[in-house]
Amino acid sequence: MKFTLSWLKDHLDTVEPVENLVDKLTMIGLEVEGVEDKAKALSPFTIARVISAEQHPNADRLRVCMVDTGTGDPVQVVCGAPNARAGMTGVFSPPGSFIPGKNITLGVGKIRGVESHGMLVSEAELMISDDHEGIIDLPAEAPVGAPYAKWAGLDDPVIDVNLTTNRPDCTGVHGIARDLAAADMGRLKEGQLKPVQGEFPCPVKVHIEEPSLCPAFALRLVRGVKNGPSPDWLQRRLTAIGLRPINALVDITNFFTFDRGRPLHVFDAAKVRGDLTVRRARDGETLLALDGRTYRLDPSICVIADQKGVESLAGIMGGEETGCSEATTDVLIESALWDPLNIAQTGRRLGVNSDARYRFERGVDPAFTVPGLELATRMVLDLVGGTPSEVVVAGQPHAQDRVIDFPATEVKRLAGLGVSLTEIKRVLGHLGFFVAGQGEVVKVAAPSWRPDIEGKADLVEEVVRIVGVDRVPSTPFERDDTARKPVLTALQVRTRKAKRALAARGMVEAVTWSFISKAQAELFGGGAAELALANPIAADLSDMRPSLIPGLAASAQRNVDRGYPDVALFEVGQVFRGDRPEDQLTAATGLRRGLARAAGTGRHWANGGGEPDVFDVKADALAALAAAGAPMTALQVVPGGPAWFHPGRSGTIQIGPQNVLGHFGELHPRALEALDTDGPVLAFEVILERIPEPKARATRARPVLELSPFQPIARDFAFVVDRAVKAGDIVRAAQNADKKLISGVTVFDVYEGKGIEPGKKSIAIAVTLQPRDKTMTDEEIDAVAARVVAEVTKRTGGTLRG
Amino acid sequence: MADIDPLEREILAAVTATEDEAALETIRVAALGKKGSVSELLKSLGAMAPEERKSRGAQINRLKDRVTAAIAERREALKHVALDQRLNSETVDVTLPVRETPAEAGRVHPISQVVDELTTIFADMGFAVAEGPDIETDDLNFTRLNFPEGHPAREMHDTFFFPPKPDGSRMLLRTHTSPVQIRTMLSQKPPIRVICPGRTYRCDSDQTHTPMFHQVEGLVIDKVSHLGHLKWILEEFCKAFFEVDHVKMRFRPSHFPFTEPSLEVDIQCRRDRGEIRFGEGQDWLEILGCGMVHPNVLRNCGLDPDVYQGFAWGMGIDRIAMLKYGMPDLRPFFEADLRWLSHYGFRPLDLPTLAGGLST
Repeated sequence: MKFTLSWLKDHLDTVEPVENLVDKLTMIGLEVEGVEDKAKALSPFTIARVISAEQHPNADRLRVCMVDTGTGDPVQVVCGAPNARAGMTGVFSPPGSFIPGKNITLGVGKIRGVESHGMLVSEAELMISDDHEGIIDLPAEAPVGAPYAKWAGLDDPVIDVNLTTNRPDCTGVHGIARDLAAADMGRLKEGQLKPVQGEFPCPVKVHIEEPSLCPAFALRLVRGVKNGPSPDWLQRRLTAIGLRPINALVDITNFFTFDRGRPLHVFDAAKVRGDLTVRRARDGETLLALDGRTYRLDPSICVIADQKGVESLAGIMGGEETGCSEATTDVLIESALWDPLNIAQTGRRLGVNSDARYRFERGVDPAFTVPGLELATRMVLDLVGGTPSEVVVAGQPHAQDRVIDFPATEVKRLAGLGVSLTEIKRVLGHLGFFVAGQGEVVKVAAPSWRPDIEGKADLVEEVVRIVGVDRVPSTPFERDDTARKPVLTALQVRTRKAKRALAARGMVEAVTWSFISKAQAELFGGGAAELALANPIAADLSDMRPSLIPGLAASAQRNVDRGYPDVALFEVGQVFRGDRPEDQLTAATGLRRGLARAAGTGRHWANGGGEPDVFDVKADALAALAAAGAPMTALQVVPGGPAWFHPGRSGTIQIGPQNVLGHFGELHPRALEALDTDGPVLAFEVILERIPEPKARATRARPVLELSPFQPIARDFAFVVDRAVKAGDIVRAAQNADKKLISGVTVFDVYEGKGIEPGKKSIAIAVTLQPRDKTMTDEEIDAVAARVVAEVTKRTGGTLRG
Repeated sequence: MADIDPLEREILAAVTATEDEAALETIRVAALGKKGSVSELLKSLGAMAPEERKSRGAQINRLKDRVTAAIAERREALKHVALDQRLNSETVDVTLPVRETPAEAGRVHPISQVVDELTTIFADMGFAVAEGPDIETDDLNFTRLNFPEGHPAREMHDTFFFPPKPDGSRMLLRTHTSPVQIRTMLSQKPPIRVICPGRTYRCDSDQTHTPMFHQVEGLVIDKVSHLGHLKWILEEFCKAFFEVDHVKMRFRPSHFPFTEPSLEVDIQCRRDRGEIRFGEGQDWLEILGCGMVHPNVLRNCGLDPDVYQGFAWGMGIDRIAMLKYGMPDLRPFFEADLRWLSHYGFRPLDLPTLAGGLST
């Protein structure tokens, strides 16, 4: 919503400087987005008189002018404008001034050998119009030496307010003035509304087919007008806020749109056939509107039609055919009310933004329907003359009364601000509310122009915003005496810890889109219809992700393409199995490619360089689970995983077959191809919700630490087993040989090749025995060792390597 | 005496001249061994008269002690020399680079870090963290939040929808974390103090908007909390979050469907060559929206607005991260560029705490 300071002063009697008004507007909820003050840019330009204009000695089209600038001796200016002549009054730009239209700073220069000490400027050069035909030609009485902007009335700051949707009353300057007056910035000029006496019945009738779309429609004919350009003051107002003056009749409607927030429409009565009907458009009807576009209509759209057909998009834009031109002699002036919802939907559907739509979709003051028409008639008569008809009104242009029982204590209760009843009454009164009663609860009636006021809280807002939110005292918020307990849920704690654990393994956290392409979603077990967006922002962001791997793979590839091939990325975030809340799970997912190993990235002189393998991501997955509190000794790792993994280089982490926590491995080459990603890529994904909830414990004390006084003993064994035998089975078999004594089993060597027959492998384990109550004798140790060998042999079919 | 002094000089000279431990041992055997020159002298004592033996014995024993000490000293010296020589031969090139520790290379995304910071600050003020699903119902995302029918946010133009179900209803991607407030009010009895961080979605994609972003909202419901408390909480939060002693904040009346009165909050700052400093300067920067929970919203959650009251606020996590840590653009947050993440991300052990500082 734009307006100028002088326009505001038509409605507000104020002595406040513009800065104060602007600050106050923002602080009462009418946020000022900007103030454009043309006077600043135009300050160097003054009114000057051309004393003489001689032909330039070296150029046919230039003249050498002597110019009286009102200060000191006349200055010599070379001018190329065709209208430069002796005796004319124009606008002078001295050396050193910035010419906005040319984006240059003027200097003293020689033009074809003749010195020029300034410039006579055109309107285009000052960016006040497109006129660059000649230099500005002012009336002779313009005072030489005076600042041009002030004399021309261009020093009127333009204020741009970012209106919230709840304030239709402030789509007019009058409403803004009312708010400022309530906030002690001056006095509202209410003005007198004298109805214009109609001199004959209006010959055009109005029929409303569906009153819910058009609660009221007021119309009047004015005969015998002399339309033409509107007066300077009106043109200047409209130009200042960015509107193009058309002709007096059209300009008047635009003026009241901004002056009073009351959109109007004018039909050229000669082009209207018969009566007007407000109805839904019929399928296939079209309208060439005033913006030059042809709109295809349907029954969701409300129109104004005559006998010929649709003439206007109701409440949004008039039709070209019945529009008013300078030839118009009889004019129908319309002031109507429209259903805000329908206006908004139609506007969006047709993609039309107009000043009328902006107001009607917010809610125009119903009580001002007829007064608005009277004001417009008055101005029509004043500017273009004519004879007015009586007003015809269809429908009911009155607002329903909304009376609210308002306890004055409500301001204190909700805002924490003590405001006296007197002040409350004063503020609400200035805003146009009607307040009755003296007791603790007063009755407040909202004005017709405030459809946003529903109840007590709205009145609190009115009082607080006008007396000042800054008066609300900042009040310490007491933490009550409830115990200080962790505020995060178990899942939040898991998420947090998994992130830090993965980052501590050298991985970098990414945040990728929650949606991926349908093909990728399907590849990773998703793609259900219920998880496909109806209106995706892009084709490759169409389906909710079933896994974080596709997003991370795409991210990894982008880094590869940028020249960073060693990538270790992770994300802990939501994956979707369905559209119910319980179908949303939290995955901790990571991938490694290039030379991004857990021990370090890139080639290195010492060791550990090379490509990551399955065991890097297995360790990543287990690290995330451990940090998130998974019971590590209960986890089982079994070979294989979902189809997007290499069948022989992937594993599943589970607690029994019923609870699968996640997977790790090398991504399947076909999956990589579908993801358009260069492999090999190693990845893991674990679901944090799958970690069993630990038993709640009453105390934080750790279990008693039992330390044996006897030294542990280590024994190494190497077994030759079939290649398919799993190391995990060997370890478990060894452990089972003596669950009490054996405190640890580690695999320290895996060997295939020379010395081992094909199809077999050698696995070497170290078994640690921890005696509890006495030092073990050699015989006892040998006995345990024998049991280890026996157990492993029995479980795996292996033999002890000689 | 005549025979002792030359012998001592001879032995000590030999000891001093020795360059390795084996030769020193030969000298020791030659002097102190069973048949050594000193041992031989000792043997000669047996043939002497007691008087002579006494004086001569003492002399010889002193000789033995001196020789023994000299050899021991020399042996020690030679050992040091040998050790030095060995160590010198073992020199490595300490300028060879070592691998960076993984904890130094890894990074936590700024969004995660800022969520941890927010949580730390608000937990201290007694707030719990509530979360809800990304896929929401129209009822929880709009209707119960007092969005009127026909509000532009309810259009396909602004909000991501899923296909209609057989009953005509359609799920959507939440456009704010406010449905979590509703879920909290429906499932808990006041007093309620929660913050709701999470992912949110809008059909928007340009230089400053992404279709997915992050929000944190706060909600307080009890029988006494008012705008003054809200102001205090937000002021305390801004001081703690931006880690400055003072902030100047401006509360402007505004409009949201779910709060009444509604306010927007600006924070005073100074912009200087792309850097923003809070607690100084003359510029105002909008950082959040807030207000008293609308009576209709309370009613929609089964709470009597004449008994219960409270306030809510919401702000962009990505946005306050940008303001605090100086990222110029939003889009790179979601592009997973290793260079960006490495530069703007946080080391895994840099856990924000109130005691140790949020970001130091």
